[in-house]
Amino acid sequence: MDPRIYQITALAGLLIYGMGWLDFEIGAAQAALTLGGVLLTQWACSRLGKAERFDPRSALISGLSLCLLLRTNSLALAAAGAVITIAGKFTLRWRGKHLFNPTNFGLVAMMLATNGAVWVSPGQWGNVAFFGFLMVCAGGLVVMRAARSDVTLAFLGFYLALMFGRSLWLGEPMAIPLHRLQSGALLLFAFFMISDPKTTPDSRAGRIVFAALVAYGAWYVQFRLFRTNGLLWSLAGLSLAVPLIDWLLPGRRYSWKWRGIETLNVQRSTLNAQQSPI
Amino acid sequence: MKTKIPLLILAFALTPLAAHAFCGFYVAKADTKLFNKASKVVLVREDDKTVMTMANDFEGEAKDFAVVIPVPTFIEKGQIHVADNALVEHLDAYSAPRLVEYFDEDPCRPIETTFARRGGMAAPAAKAADAEHARALGVKIEAEYTVGEYDILILSAEQSGGLETWLMENGYKIPEGAGPILESYIKQKMRFFVAKVNLEEKAKAGFHYLRPLQVAYESPKFMLPIRLGTVNADGPQDLFVFALTRKGRVETVNYRTVKLPTGMEIPIFVKEEFADFYKAMFSEQVGKENMHCVFTEYAWDMGWCDPCAAEPLSNAELKKLGVFWLGGEGRNPLARPANSDVFITRLHVRYDRKHFPEDLVFQETRDRENFQGRYVLRHPWKGEPKCDAAKKYLEALPERQDKEAQTLAQLTGWEIGKIRERMKLPTAAGKSGEGKKWWEKLWK
Repeated sequence: MDPRIYQITALAGLLIYGMGWLDFEIGAAQAALTLGGVLLTQWACSRLGKAERFDPRSALISGLSLCLLLRTNSLALAAAGAVITIAGKFTLRWRGKHLFNPTNFGLVAMMLATNGAVWVSPGQWGNVAFFGFLMVCAGGLVVMRAARSDVTLAFLGFYLALMFGRSLWLGEPMAIPLHRLQSGALLLFAFFMISDPKTTPDSRAGRIVFAALVAYGAWYVQFRLFRTNGLLWSLAGLSLAVPLIDWLLPGRRYSWKWRGIETLNVQRSTLNAQQSPI
Repeated sequence: MKTKIPLLILAFALTPLAAHAFCGFYVAKADTKLFNKASKVVLVREDDKTVMTMANDFEGEAKDFAVVIPVPTFIEKGQIHVADNALVEHLDAYSAPRLVEYFDEDPCRPIETTFARRGGMAAPAAKAADAEHARALGVKIEAEYTVGEYDILILSAEQSGGLETWLMENGYKIPEGAGPILESYIKQKMRFFVAKVNLEEKAKAGFHYLRPLQVAYESPKFMLPIRLGTVNADGPQDLFVFALTRKGRVETVNYRTVKLPTGMEIPIFVKEEFADFYKAMFSEQVGKENMHCVFTEYAWDMGWCDPCAAEPLSNAELKKLGVFWLGGEGRNPLARPANSDVFITRLHVRYDRKHFPEDLVFQETRDRENFQGRYVLRHPWKGEPKCDAAKKYLEALPERQDKEAQTLAQLTGWEIGKIRERMKLPTAAGKSGEGKKWWEKLWK
């Protein structure tokens, strides 16, 4: 199964729960416009690019993530966010590789461009949604043996260490870092954004360095600059360093398309090796 | 969580009536005086500049009053001010949840102007100890001021033990367990703003109560330290935050911010006991959210209100509260801010150490959608049914009133039986056959 189908199901379920039960500040119109906007832009860009077949899956993941995070009073800005998210994916590339995670780029670009008319409400999840989503995300890691889960695990490891480390140093009760970590936005970030195989460094060593930098950046924004959305700013800023990390620590490029075939080839060659007498 | 669904559906169902509802007569408000152990803080914020006004409900002897407030920066004398209690009270009254009432019209008369008034919605310290002794304890008295009836010290410290000793020696009752919290603020390079009442000055000022203290500072930190207050608290406390900003609604980023249920039609007898209703409803909502939420009670452009629980604050009043960006002072003291220049968010949180382990951190959004806690009374039409419409109206009335009873029960957790009794509605057991569900008499 394509891990993206699992991700789409998880995000859609979360969005319905958030809109119905958690007072997420997003109306049906904004959700429809965002999802329609990403699909249409994906379709248009695929047509323009000619080389790529229209594939709604990645666009849907971006769209659902936008619905979960992007808040605005203006439907036009919600639609613009959807278009910029997908258009950015097609245009902002470095040697054929995406420079930013689309959702991350869409959110950061909109927040910067609109002087705050678009914002992210990171605290609106509640315990039920958090623990439910945590199970789904962790389940996804196990079931899908998701591509590039190393970056997610490394990031969570570094981020947890920074959070607990700071609280230990300050002598705060552990309830404080535990409370900070119970954030749905953190899960969405760790499992759906930083893990994006199209934007993370190609080598495992590169990805672990990248995860450490993003975790530190997020911590710095939150506890040194005292600004919100540290995760988003950090990822967007450090994505620019990925080409450099790839140059220093090269590895094999990821592709959704080739993943299955690669696995098949490996199995065949193993089989061949076993069959060969020598 | 489960009970949220019917509330939500009801809210949607009422939306088309909103304009109609807005013409209601404002009849009652429920202000913060209802809550014991409630503190009120006005936070004026724009860019990184904050003006904090702290009103307290301290009722003991003035000589026993003392506060220790962690502040992000050093505070000069000019940054401290004493405000008038009336300002905070006005802001409280203006933003309080409200009750409105309507009178049903004669169903036999054609509906004329029910939606006519649409449109409103879019518009808009004892003397400080010897400094040398303090220094020996690692406490530095950075400044010492007397402002209004308060003696104020700005302290910085090297470690919590010294600070704790100093504070206790100087008559501040520091609860057990405060040490680690002070320590964490010291490590975060926060200063301590400590204040006691100067009895001589208080006598000169001639006030019977303690006036709110105001502090203006510049810091990227948009937060409210609540941890010290939770150390020795006997039970949960209520905090009201009145945020005055320029762009839009304020919310907490590290706790869920939820809007108070609003717009419901409730039984008419609530008019006599709106205060009890509001208290019960707030407690019930806190319970439903397992005490993990901050509630938005009001979010509105400061230029107007509809219906008004109190007149909006004038520019002069707002400036006294610290709204520094308002211009055009002087000419007309009653002038109000132009639409969109000041936006108020009233947040209400019931907190304790267990459910609110960390300080409140806020963010300002550009959300300018108006919200108010507003509850509707509908007086039934009384008259002789002279047409079919009137008969239908009277037939439908008991169902509507029972729905009001159910809404009230759901909002407040009050017993439905007692509500029906108060409304003089037939209780489930005493209803006559008419209008009764077929199964309601099955096992009786």
